[in-house]
Amino acid sequence: MTTAIPMSETMAPPQRPLFYRHALLTRLTHWTNVLAVAVLLMSGLQIFNAHPGLYWGQYGADADVGKRWLEIGAIPGPDGAMAGKTRIGPLMFDTTGVLGVSNNGDGVSTAIGFPHWITLPSARDLATGRRWHFFFAWVLILNGLTYLVGGIVSGHLRKDIVPDLAELRPSNIAHDIVSHAKLQFPKGEDAKRYHILQKLAYSGVIVLLILMVLTGLTMSPSNDAAWHWLSEMFGGRQSARSIHFIAAWSIVAFVVVHVLMVLLAGPINQIRSMITGRFDLGDAA
Amino acid sequence: MTILTRRSLVTVGAGGLLLSGCDKLSYNPKMVSVLESAEGATERWQRLIGRNALAREFSEADMSPVFKANGSRSVDTDDYLAHSESDFVDWRLKVDGLVARPLSLSLAQLRAAPQRTQITRHDCVEGWSAIGKWTGPQLGHILKAAGVLPTARYAMFLCADNYGGEASKGGDQSAGLYYESIDMVDAFHPQTILAHTMNGETLSVPHGAPLRLRVERQLGYKHAKYVMGIRLVDSFKGFGAGKGGYWPDRGYEWFAGI
Repeated sequence: MTTAIPMSETMAPPQRPLFYRHALLTRLTHWTNVLAVAVLLMSGLQIFNAHPGLYWGQYGADADVGKRWLEIGAIPGPDGAMAGKTRIGPLMFDTTGVLGVSNNGDGVSTAIGFPHWITLPSARDLATGRRWHFFFAWVLILNGLTYLVGGIVSGHLRKDIVPDLAELRPSNIAHDIVSHAKLQFPKGEDAKRYHILQKLAYSGVIVLLILMVLTGLTMSPSNDAAWHWLSEMFGGRQSARSIHFIAAWSIVAFVVVHVLMVLLAGPINQIRSMITGRFDLGDAA
Repeated sequence: MTILTRRSLVTVGAGGLLLSGCDKLSYNPKMVSVLESAEGATERWQRLIGRNALAREFSEADMSPVFKANGSRSVDTDDYLAHSESDFVDWRLKVDGLVARPLSLSLAQLRAAPQRTQITRHDCVEGWSAIGKWTGPQLGHILKAAGVLPTARYAMFLCADNYGGEASKGGDQSAGLYYESIDMVDAFHPQTILAHTMNGETLSVPHGAPLRLRVERQLGYKHAKYVMGIRLVDSFKGFGAGKGGYWPDRGYEWFAGI
């Protein structure tokens, strides 16, 4: 039987002392964020399914074809069965089985935007989806504010997350890209800090999460009445809805790469450090 | 290979368990009440940042070429059809409940009151938006004429349409007479009007003739169509399932500012 996990991690505990990498606040807010983002994504797709089309501008509804840049729908195919179609700008894709038409939980082919296995709740239920979404929107905001305020006060954001100018040199970025491509992960002293790609990824996802909150608030009619500047900034309510959708999938893309890197860099050490804070720096090369 | 297969089986199994677990949680009454607690926080927040804030108003150039009619698009009761055929000349809006002077107002009287015209964006709970022009008297003006008693907490809008649900909102909901309610902050908000005119023309039947509420800082379902009466009340008891509106009775937020 083969295993992907190196023997040293499972059988022999490392002899050297572990490096205290993640503060308690970072760890708590990280896992709270994981829960909030997962619920918000799944309930958000439930909400999207109530009107699976996106527009640019202030308004947009069924008749506004010219403003609609994305739509997911079902049309009868040549054999009479419904076919799922997804249009992005001028490009039309057959997405039967996943988008537009998919099997519901009981295996029945159903016309629906995103499939049941990715929405919360799994059946079409906009009201319940909204309940989940707006509860966890508060969780995301309060958790995010806790992290940001804590990170500013402790210096964590400045020291660990935000890249400094020197790190942004093209040669430094190129060097880090080559190390990543070769799957050479920092060891020893060098592993005590994040390198430029990691810093860019983490500060980028923080920006994306802030963008999610702001575009979300823009869609709220009461919030829009109080803060007109938000919809002016995003170019209108329907533009904000489009950006909300794009930013959501950008966060999913971040998570895919993030989890992949954790798996490649040694999942037990990485996940332990985000739970207990303790990280094995490994032998310096 | 074996490991991969076994792992993917475990993944699918765990995914299925997680999904059914989430669904069970979604309909667990305790969980529902926890999730619903966010509605109060949202309402307090939005009242804090803009209790008297005005919804954005647009120019004619910004208007939607087609304003989608949603929800009930017609009413088939004999009474309504008779009024509709006679252009609502004998129709009266009843204002009663916790008021000093109950009113019975004709369309001509509503048109003779001071009018407000506003071009606003209508945001449906489903996600789409449409910009239209609405004209009618301010609700606050009518309520002042009726003399709202200090005990009144909500204005309840009683409608003519018997609605049976909407596929995009979760399938076939139980049918019921449409109704909605707003608090006194929204009732006396300057942009809360009783619209008899839309985009410069007499309000059409699909859009709620003869009278439709405009409550611009909330989602579309609060904008009750086919308004027949306004009742001032101190609680939602005795109306529908007691949640203050047709959609709130079916799980949607009563405070639809988000």
